[in-house]
Amino acid sequence: MKRILLLMVLAISMVSMVFGAGSAESAKPEATKATEVSLWTFQDIHLPFYEKMAEKWNEQNPNRQIKLVGEVLPYEDMHTKLLVSLQAGTGAPDIVDIEIAKYPNFLKGDIQLAPLNDLIDPVRDNFITARLDIYSKDGKNYGLPFHVGAEVIYYNMDILNAAGVDPYKIKTWDDYMAAGKIVKAKTGKPMTTLEVTEHWSFWPLIAQQGSDLLDKDGNVILDNDINVKTLQFLKDMMNSGVAIAAPGGFHHAEEYYGFMNDGGAASIWMPMWYMNRFTDYMPDLDGKILILPMPRFTENGARSAGMGGTGTSVTLQARDLQLSKDFLMFAKGSEEGNILLWEDLGFDPPRWDVWDDPAMNAPNKFTKFFINDDIFGMLLEIKDEIMGVNIKEKLPAVIDRLKSSVMIQSLQQQNKTPYQALKEASDLSR
Amino acid sequence: MSAKRIHTSMQIAPYVFILPFIASFLIFYLYPIISTFIMGFQQVYPGQVEFIGLQNYQKLNNPEFKVALFNSFRYTVYTIALLIPIPLFLSVLLNSGNRNMNTVYRSILYIPSLVSIVVAGTIMRLLFASSTKSIVNTLVVFFGGEARQWLLAGPSQAMILLLVLALWRWVGVNIIYFLSGLQSIPEELYEAADIDGASSFQKLKRITIPLLKPTTIFVTTISIFGGFAMFEESFILWAGKPSPNNVGLTMVGHLYNKGFQEGEMGMASAIGIILLIIVFSLSLTFLKMFGFFENEGRR
Repeated sequence: MKRILLLMVLAISMVSMVFGAGSAESAKPEATKATEVSLWTFQDIHLPFYEKMAEKWNEQNPNRQIKLVGEVLPYEDMHTKLLVSLQAGTGAPDIVDIEIAKYPNFLKGDIQLAPLNDLIDPVRDNFITARLDIYSKDGKNYGLPFHVGAEVIYYNMDILNAAGVDPYKIKTWDDYMAAGKIVKAKTGKPMTTLEVTEHWSFWPLIAQQGSDLLDKDGNVILDNDINVKTLQFLKDMMNSGVAIAAPGGFHHAEEYYGFMNDGGAASIWMPMWYMNRFTDYMPDLDGKILILPMPRFTENGARSAGMGGTGTSVTLQARDLQLSKDFLMFAKGSEEGNILLWEDLGFDPPRWDVWDDPAMNAPNKFTKFFINDDIFGMLLEIKDEIMGVNIKEKLPAVIDRLKSSVMIQSLQQQNKTPYQALKEASDLSR
Repeated sequence: MSAKRIHTSMQIAPYVFILPFIASFLIFYLYPIISTFIMGFQQVYPGQVEFIGLQNYQKLNNPEFKVALFNSFRYTVYTIALLIPIPLFLSVLLNSGNRNMNTVYRSILYIPSLVSIVVAGTIMRLLFASSTKSIVNTLVVFFGGEARQWLLAGPSQAMILLLVLALWRWVGVNIIYFLSGLQSIPEELYEAADIDGASSFQKLKRITIPLLKPTTIFVTTISIFGGFAMFEESFILWAGKPSPNNVGLTMVGHLYNKGFQEGEMGMASAIGIILLIIVFSLSLTFLKMFGFFENEGRR
């Protein structure tokens, strides 16, 4: 009996081996001579963009065909895996998206990413160079940006109309607060939601006022006066009912998408790149959302800040380094690529020389979804008011503390004053 | 000695048999432990390894590390307090009464431990999601309560959620340990007790619990290890983000953050060494306290 069983197992494994080998063999001729280029990203919206650019690349470069193998991994997992594989010297992909808050981690020690200067230099002047500097160290550029990341505010006009509030009249944050109270009184709904486990509600506001988490030399300035005052302002918003904690804690939570999709709050401020979260995750808001510049803090204050971002880099482990670099430059550094960044992803592209391209005014899924006719025109209007931020080595540590303690302690649980929470986090990260 | 004789030699055979264990021990345990110990004194960046003495250990004197230590300690104490008496009681019940029904109950209680902790944690997170439509909030509202943001609330709620998860998952496993312990207790002892007219409570107190001592010691020891090693539960429950107020930050979680999220492998190694020392000394103290070594010696 046992012997028969053993024979059967053997037979099955032999058959499966034959089939396995057979399928591998038959797949070979189809793949032609294309070189495989692997890519990791943490944002599934990015992948179709790369795939489209890979198709275009293959059309234009018949002799240097690529086969793009993209993989979407969860945010923390992807950065962890990347860090470990770069440290270990094996296992990293050819091309990888690295989020801004994690980027400085990859600039420690002998940098395991390939400098892109040789490709960027000829067209450097066409870029918003501040966005290139974020992903650089000692004059070498290691990453290509996706966007400028201008902070804007998204109003749900259904709710504002019901409350009789005109968003164009909201010029300053005081106006916003006053309007919020009206909305709350008339509709019972909060004016906005605040992130309590992430930093996107706080960071743009301090950046608007010229403050930041780190100064330009990389020192922690998280607990300066402007920041304390701004956090107090957010706390006041919470306590007056104008704002509530974002369901799920942050603006990328499943709970939040559902809440907002059902018309939960009248507005939200997030960067431009958040547009595609509306189109993809909150379909019921179609035709209800108006995008405007942020309110100002002072009469002449800036109305935006460049927020967030993702630098795409080529790792030194890339199987065909030059090909990977050339493709990356084509995908994110070419004019075509930059136009597609806008058309497909709704990103404000980092190359300003495409900003007046007719394609930027053409209707697309974003102009259809949002009430604005000319989203890009609005962006051009504020382009000189987009305040920059400093991305230095201590940023990941500071941001981790904003996520884990500052926001929740000062806004939701309110067991520490804004000053105490910021001071404690600053001391920990210094 | 000919080659054939070496092959068949009784002196070589035992070493061949234990070779797989020794090899895997050397490669997967001893080597990493030694290199972790060395890395604890280094700053390890890709391509740049620098000896920095005790700096990693000095940097650990910070509030976050203390929170992590405190959380791990608390979690371990609570899990031991829950995961010893409850499974013990349940296994005593399962060891008496209708045998067929017991098999059914035993399987039901054991099934959770077959579920991956990632799946269990994700389900937990969705159950306790902060939306008003999450299952737990719906139930709470149905019974007249108020919807809450469970995972974002204070440290005690977070600890309760972690304990619920631990309880749900590990009760079945501990029941199996206790049941096997119970089945090794000779039936005659109970018969004798019956003849002497002992009540069931007396039998439990005088026969079952004392004779289960080896099992209890074993379960407690692995619970100490398990408690201090806890990481996935809190990692998954807060979807890989830092937990609010660090309520779910454990020693291993802190190690993970330092090593894999901030890229400070040296500091992570230092945390690992401290964790090793704590767990080792705790379990040795515990075993000594319960006379584990003395027994061994007397035999």
